[in-house]
Amino acid sequence: MSKEISNVSKQSIKKYLDAGVRFDGRKLDEYRDISVEFGVSENAESSVKVKMGETEVIAGIKMDVGEPYADSQNKGNLITTLELLPMSSGRHESGPPKIEAIEMGRVIDRGLRESGFIDFEKLCIKEGEKVWNVYVDIFSFNDAGGMLDAAFLAAVIAMKTAKLPRYDEKEEVVKFGELTDTNFPVTDLTPVTITGYKVGGHIIIDPTVEEEEMSEARLSFGLAEVEKEIMISSCQKGKDTILTSEEVGKIIDLSENKYKELFGVIDKAIKGIDKK
Amino acid sequence: MDQEEKTVKKKREIVVPGEIIVSGDEFLPGDGTERDGKDIVSKRYGLSDESGRLVKIIPLSGVFTARRGNVIIGRVSDLTFNGWLVDLGVASNGFLPLAECPRYINQNDMAEHFSIDDLMVAKISGVKGRGIDLTIKGRGLGKVEKGIIINVNSNKVPRIIGKEGSMISLIKEKSGCDITVGQNGLIWIKGNKIEDEILAKNAIGYIEEKPFIEGLTDKMEGWFKEEKK
Repeated sequence: MSKEISNVSKQSIKKYLDAGVRFDGRKLDEYRDISVEFGVSENAESSVKVKMGETEVIAGIKMDVGEPYADSQNKGNLITTLELLPMSSGRHESGPPKIEAIEMGRVIDRGLRESGFIDFEKLCIKEGEKVWNVYVDIFSFNDAGGMLDAAFLAAVIAMKTAKLPRYDEKEEVVKFGELTDTNFPVTDLTPVTITGYKVGGHIIIDPTVEEEEMSEARLSFGLAEVEKEIMISSCQKGKDTILTSEEVGKIIDLSENKYKELFGVIDKAIKGIDKK
Repeated sequence: MDQEEKTVKKKREIVVPGEIIVSGDEFLPGDGTERDGKDIVSKRYGLSDESGRLVKIIPLSGVFTARRGNVIIGRVSDLTFNGWLVDLGVASNGFLPLAECPRYINQNDMAEHFSIDDLMVAKISGVKGRGIDLTIKGRGLGKVEKGIIINVNSNKVPRIIGKEGSMISLIKEKSGCDITVGQNGLIWIKGNKIEDEILAKNAIGYIEEKPFIEGLTDKMEGWFKEEKK
């Protein structure tokens, strides 16, 4: 009904967290059930829908050929956009993306870019002249909290399953709709983003809308496993309350523990599509 | 609820706006329907219900329409010099005047009774063009304290309450919680233990998912048995 949450809900969320449970019966460090669906959009090079509890988000990859940037003559371009559609929640309005959506898109972009997940040099067709432009478009279908982690999962799975479209070098056009057998060039790293929220002195992950609304601070980490060690490649702090060093340590430990779980989700989804 | 029993024999059918439900001068248009020549036409998406000559729609979706006498749960959105503005989740605002409180409240102490973002259980005393008038004079009405609030589709409220309150008393009995159901879809669950509250919440979630089953109350009892294991 309302955008703001009531005083009673605030009190009881805190009371619940003190007792170590959440409104939906989960533990503080538990994700909701995650499911993955492929082929949401016919025209995209790859499209994925991720459901995390009631949160639903789709990500699509679309590619075309363009010019490289001056500082990366032999590398492809990555353009990530995220839109929080008004139909997904009463909190979002139509119009140009608001600060929340811009921030989330940038965090996802940074997580993908800095983890070394994409092999940018393989996206180069002719150095200094032609490279692939990669568009990652993410849309929220239902925002029931924890959007960032779900959106990042969708983006990673979409990239892992994308095929390059055919490029006709003579005519210099991309033949959309004709996919080659070449996989989108990714390395064997698998990045995930895990966001810890501070709510009433407790650290939780995968919040519901109420918990997200009343959280005092949040901290996102982009992680990937490199040579059997989990490395942090990016991070983002949100909201205006400070986090103590213990709390930051707690979120790091938590994300390290949770990495395996999200990795499992990605792995299972990709193995599932290979079988078909 | 009595009407429902009479019409059990007639099958309810899902209708969409503009659909002709029945045709004939002998029928009377009820809630959610209108007369168009000889036909009774649906104005809403829902189940058609014929009880005798009266044809009405049991809506399946759409916003809550405020009626006099409804008990609702609302959130205080503003304080004025003589009362509180209450957000009910509908287009028009609710208003609780100072005079409708059970005891005398000084104008300067209003925030102590209800401040912004507090929830209240109130009864609708009248619906006018400019807004909805509320009262908290009566049993079970007043401020919402402790417990949890959940939000359901307001069209499913009758299912959650059940025939003559059978469903809600079953949930109350099995979970041991105090439950207040607002007609606008907000439900207040207050129990002694956190586990009880979660049980009651899950029970309501179960009903919300399966609203079209016959004999839902019996199924609910089975559900509780399984949950208790």
